[in-house]
Amino acid sequence: MELLSLDFMQRALLAALLIGVAAPAVGVFLVQRRLSLVGDGLGHVALTGVAVGLLTRSAPVLTALVAAVAGAVAIELMRAYARTSGDVALAILFYGGIAGGVVLVSLSPGGTAANLTAYLFGAITTTTPADLVAFVVLTAVVLLLVIVLAPALFAISDDEEYARASGLPVLRLNLLLAVLVAVTVVTSMRVVGLLLVSALMIVPNAVGQLVARSFRSAVLVAVVVGAVCSVGGVVVSFYAATPSGGTIVLLTIAVFLAVATASGVRTRVRAARHARAEFHPHVHGEGCGHPPVLHDDHVDYAHDGHLHSAHTDAHGTHWDEHGTAPPADRAAGAAPDGPR
Amino acid sequence: MIQGGPAVGDDRAPVLRLRAAAVGYGEVTVVDGVDLELARGEVVALLGANGSGKTTLVRGLLGLATVHGGDIELFGEPVGHLTRRWRVGYVPQRHTVAGAIPSTVREVVASGRLPRRGLLARHGRSDRLAVRAALAEVGLAERDREAVSTLSGGQQRRVLIARALASEPELLVMDEPTAGVDAANQRALVDVMRRLAGRGVAVLVVTHEVGPMAAVVDRAVVLQAGRVRYQGPLTAQMLGASDGGRWDGAPQWDGAHWDGHHPPADDSLAGAPWVPDLATGRDAGPGGE
Repeated sequence: MELLSLDFMQRALLAALLIGVAAPAVGVFLVQRRLSLVGDGLGHVALTGVAVGLLTRSAPVLTALVAAVAGAVAIELMRAYARTSGDVALAILFYGGIAGGVVLVSLSPGGTAANLTAYLFGAITTTTPADLVAFVVLTAVVLLLVIVLAPALFAISDDEEYARASGLPVLRLNLLLAVLVAVTVVTSMRVVGLLLVSALMIVPNAVGQLVARSFRSAVLVAVVVGAVCSVGGVVVSFYAATPSGGTIVLLTIAVFLAVATASGVRTRVRAARHARAEFHPHVHGEGCGHPPVLHDDHVDYAHDGHLHSAHTDAHGTHWDEHGTAPPADRAAGAAPDGPR
Repeated sequence: MIQGGPAVGDDRAPVLRLRAAAVGYGEVTVVDGVDLELARGEVVALLGANGSGKTTLVRGLLGLATVHGGDIELFGEPVGHLTRRWRVGYVPQRHTVAGAIPSTVREVVASGRLPRRGLLARHGRSDRLAVRAALAEVGLAERDREAVSTLSGGQQRRVLIARALASEPELLVMDEPTAGVDAANQRALVDVMRRLAGRGVAVLVVTHEVGPMAAVVDRAVVLQAGRVRYQGPLTAQMLGASDGGRWDGAPQWDGAHWDGHHPPADDSLAGAPWVPDLATGRDAGPGGE
């Protein structure tokens, strides 16, 4: 394949895979606690770090990492201690981050608008071998911490006040989560770009939210969607000559819309042909007092004038509504062909 | 059944002891001069109108509000230095489980086990048993794989109770557990309280309406405007045959139980200037939710 014979594409695809897995896995905790925009903000702050790197001719990934982590810690401390003004302080930090980035990039020797665009929206050709090593190490650390601390991160995200009341180190866990977000932002800046990175943290989780019933399965769905869209987006952007970040995000949103539509249709179809009976502790059976009625290929039970049908699925057996009982059955108390 | 039960050792001390306790947020003291003790197996109802300081007082016990004066001790340790906080189980006031990502009943209840098990420890056999026991206690063992958001309000409240029980607490603190809960779920709650008390767990329940819980409540504490106005057995109008057990803290005085404090004679005290309307909103009862 032509795609894989190019060194920069190999690096871009690997970087895309890493970020496609890590971003939703970290982002799920932001979505859970409705702090989806924190990732955006840290992307803004990281831009200042990139600019400092360009200005001082040091590696932009490292300076971006320092800036993003510092921003993350600042945001968490503000959230914890400056309750009322936290919102405005956050906004100032975000705007300051992007404004600082734009000004500093313009001052730096190689600083051009094209250069800036590559950092803001992602450019697959820019991932250097040194970047890739850093991304692999950082992503491995992020994923390890998320896996080990998942129960704790779930607890603080699900109910922060309860976590605090039960003695969990909430502030330290919040700081850790913020730092994980910051690191994820930086590792994704080459492929997705600092302005769009948050989309990869949030949108795959919106898909998980639609289809999953447990937190665990929601995360797994999000990670699969993130990885497929991230890698797929890089491939598309190669052939279509589009910016990788925008392509990845559009692909992810397309998946979200498709799943949302499909699950909407499915819900309606199910509602139409699968009406569950009212809360039903009673198990119908022979001699239960409810007359059995042969209904096409199965036996229903007449219950207060309507039919209940056993429906066994993964969660056990419940009773579905299967229409109105024929008046004769109600009156006679038994169906002529009922099983004995 | 919850295994282990209360830890032994330092348990000469009452489960909870407040001496002249003052609690508030920032500079604002909301409740003051509260004396209260809870022994093992005792069920105490904390009553009062909106803004009387019930929730603030409870948040003080949980380390969520600041102690401004006096002492609050749990298991003989000052509340600020309580080492094993999971010994207190907390059921917050809100009706529902609010996370944006779907989570199952089991996942939420297991998160209540985490403080006891430790952040890095594996969710081992004893943890699984404790979670299962907590689910069984509230009658949700069969529904542990369902998404919490698909349950009714009363069932979600039971999930939060199970979460508190998963750490096998010795003191259970419940904030308005019956508000917005249907009769069947209220009965289930009362049964849980009775079994817990029977095993020596102390229960402190913050409520507007003792009504459904009257059978298990040993003692009532009435807060009014941040002060304890009454402490003792339930009185006739707390049980409130006429209005379904609703107790709004101020107007209904039965002439015998105000502990020497000026007895309000009629409804005119509702909205009197010394009944603070707290701008913090932290003490909102069901009406404020």
